[in-house]
Amino acid sequence: MSNITLIIQREFLTRVKKKSFIIMSILGPLLIGGVMALIIYLALNQGEVISKIKVVDESGVIVSKLSDSKSILYERDTMPIAISREIFNGDEYYGILFIPADGLRKPEGITLFTEKQPNVTVVTAIESSVQKLIEDIKLNAAGIRKEVLDSIKTKVSLIQKPVSASGEDKQFSADLTAGIGFAGGLLIYLFVFMYGVQVMRGVMEEKTNRIVEVIISSVKPYQLMMGKIVGVALVGLTQFLIWVVLTIAVTTAVSSFMVGKKSFSSEQIGQLQQYQNKGVNTPAFDTDTIQQPGFLKSLSGFNFTRLLFMFAFYFIGGYLLYSALFAAIGAAVDSETDTQQFILPVSLPLIIAYIVSTIVMTNPESKLGYWFSIIPFTSPVVMMVRMPFDPPVTDIIISMIALIAGFVFTTWFASKIYRTGILMYGKKPTFREMGKWLFYKR
Amino acid sequence: MSLLSIRNVTKKYASHTALKSISFEIPQSSVFGLLGPNGAGKTSLIRIINQITGPDEGEIYFNGIRLNAGHISQMGYLPEERGLYRKMEVGEQAIYLARLKGLSRAEAISRLKMWFEKFEIAAWWRKKVDELSKGMQQKVQFIITILHQPKLLILDEPFTGFDPINANIIKEELLKIKEGGATIMLSTHRMESVEELCSHIGLIDKAKKILDGSVKEIRKQFRSNIFEVRYHGHAINLANGLWGPYELVDHKIEEDHQYAKIRIEENIPPNQLIRSLVSEVEIVSFNELAPSMNDVFIKAVNEHKATG
Repeated sequence: MSNITLIIQREFLTRVKKKSFIIMSILGPLLIGGVMALIIYLALNQGEVISKIKVVDESGVIVSKLSDSKSILYERDTMPIAISREIFNGDEYYGILFIPADGLRKPEGITLFTEKQPNVTVVTAIESSVQKLIEDIKLNAAGIRKEVLDSIKTKVSLIQKPVSASGEDKQFSADLTAGIGFAGGLLIYLFVFMYGVQVMRGVMEEKTNRIVEVIISSVKPYQLMMGKIVGVALVGLTQFLIWVVLTIAVTTAVSSFMVGKKSFSSEQIGQLQQYQNKGVNTPAFDTDTIQQPGFLKSLSGFNFTRLLFMFAFYFIGGYLLYSALFAAIGAAVDSETDTQQFILPVSLPLIIAYIVSTIVMTNPESKLGYWFSIIPFTSPVVMMVRMPFDPPVTDIIISMIALIAGFVFTTWFASKIYRTGILMYGKKPTFREMGKWLFYKR
Repeated sequence: MSLLSIRNVTKKYASHTALKSISFEIPQSSVFGLLGPNGAGKTSLIRIINQITGPDEGEIYFNGIRLNAGHISQMGYLPEERGLYRKMEVGEQAIYLARLKGLSRAEAISRLKMWFEKFEIAAWWRKKVDELSKGMQQKVQFIITILHQPKLLILDEPFTGFDPINANIIKEELLKIKEGGATIMLSTHRMESVEELCSHIGLIDKAKKILDGSVKEIRKQFRSNIFEVRYHGHAINLANGLWGPYELVDHKIEEDHQYAKIRIEENIPPNQLIRSLVSEVEIVSFNELAPSMNDVFIKAVNEHKATG
């Protein structure tokens, strides 16, 4: 077995045999499933907290029509607003809803008084109720009956389908695409970071316990560095595979269990829609998307094999690019604290990529998206976000070539630093010194 | 023929020159002591021989062939700053390192088992390295270094971390290895080890070679012509016998005799002194005080300092 294969094997086996690997592999998806379940549960059960609202209605026409909901109880208050505020008892009541005399004509004067900053749920619930009420009153006054109105109200929810006739069976979904893209980019960001740091730690361990000199009397430093990078990559891929399998199993079980138990009530749908109107972004929980019978069908709008292949390519490419740099950091320093000054500049492009991806996910064809999906330091994250939107093939090819060139460059760069740094102890090298290392002869 | 031929090797770093045109011949089956003050350049030379770094100028020949990657499996190296993967099991780790030197898995296992039993540490096979004491770890490390039966064994301060008993075991193993045909290069400050083990020495100071040759020759070179005489009698009588090309350097009273250190001038045969003393005192023992390696080291380095 060649030396580099021996090294890869050792790096892989020592890490997967560790208890922490096994625990994280199993716990990871359980955690994700558990957190998802918790979020769904909390989202569905928000209404369990009851808020009592005192209503001071100077107009006189609204309070009688206000109906209590599961979470909000309205209580008429006959005091003038000033006194009501004076004697307000925060232990019993959440707040005071004040409707001025001309509230119907000028609804902008309607006020909610609370002791501290109110929460979105209560505010949106009250707004929703009062808004509906005033609309009904105005309609009645204009002589329009509710049934007529309901027949006029239209909800437009575009069916999204591919242009070509061969795509008859498929269905598109803008929200889902953005969600998948973002999730893909996020996963790459997390994995590159997690495993890059593992490489760095491994290099530092070898430096600290002084085994490195023994090993590089048997193998070239380059072989040790690459063996470690590839070994850790295999660990990452293995863990990822285990996670994918377990997560699918767990979340399928969880969501069918939870959604089966509670159907969405109209109030909850209303709340979720109000959330969206307020700009609280919950694409994953878009009720339209989930409730459309075609949810699973819209998954068919994606070429999953291509997505997975691209994900694998960008994960490996991004990881190779960054882990080389992390290896160089590990070789250059003596202690954990010294790593801080180097980790920041190295991880900055990744962080920028993450931020850019939140923008690109809603605007994938932008110039911003284009450039950041080509530059190899950010492309693994940003290109993944663009990928579900089927970007032009030329873009993809340029990006892939750039990424390969990128990691070839960082590997070359890192191996020079690694070679000199691993035997150097005691002084923290400046950037200038490390620049000189690039030119040392073997 | 020399096993290792180091010719005009120069090595420069950014801030200083570590080796200036160093040349040594390491004879086959010798125990070569590579000596020098701290910072002299020994570790740099060792790393070049191990092909961890390359020289800026000069060449090294191993058995007549220019140093290349194929020689790695024929060399063993125990660095001064040494360690092992702490969380890895001893046996597994030893096999891994042996395989990196080119041994097959099966060979590595059988040889390791043999050595572990010899050193009586078979029980440590499954333990993690950080469960062993420092002395145990050093033993394991030593075994790993010699396992692949290298033709050239390079040891940098091999005895640190060993108590006297274990240090002695190592010393005996080294002699056996040498008898088996291997060549050993030993870098150390422990001059007693040099006395006990080395057949040749090379001394480096401030990047330059200042001494090199067999121990015998070097002792001759540094002899100070001092002789130790143990005798019964009076010091006055001794003084009588010292008229002539002799100088009394030291004198003391030991348990049941007297002791004198006498320097004889160059080219005067010691027999002459004996004849001169025999009529004055009763000689109990008479021998030349050979220069110790410690003395040689100090003298050579000081001379080098003086000549700049």
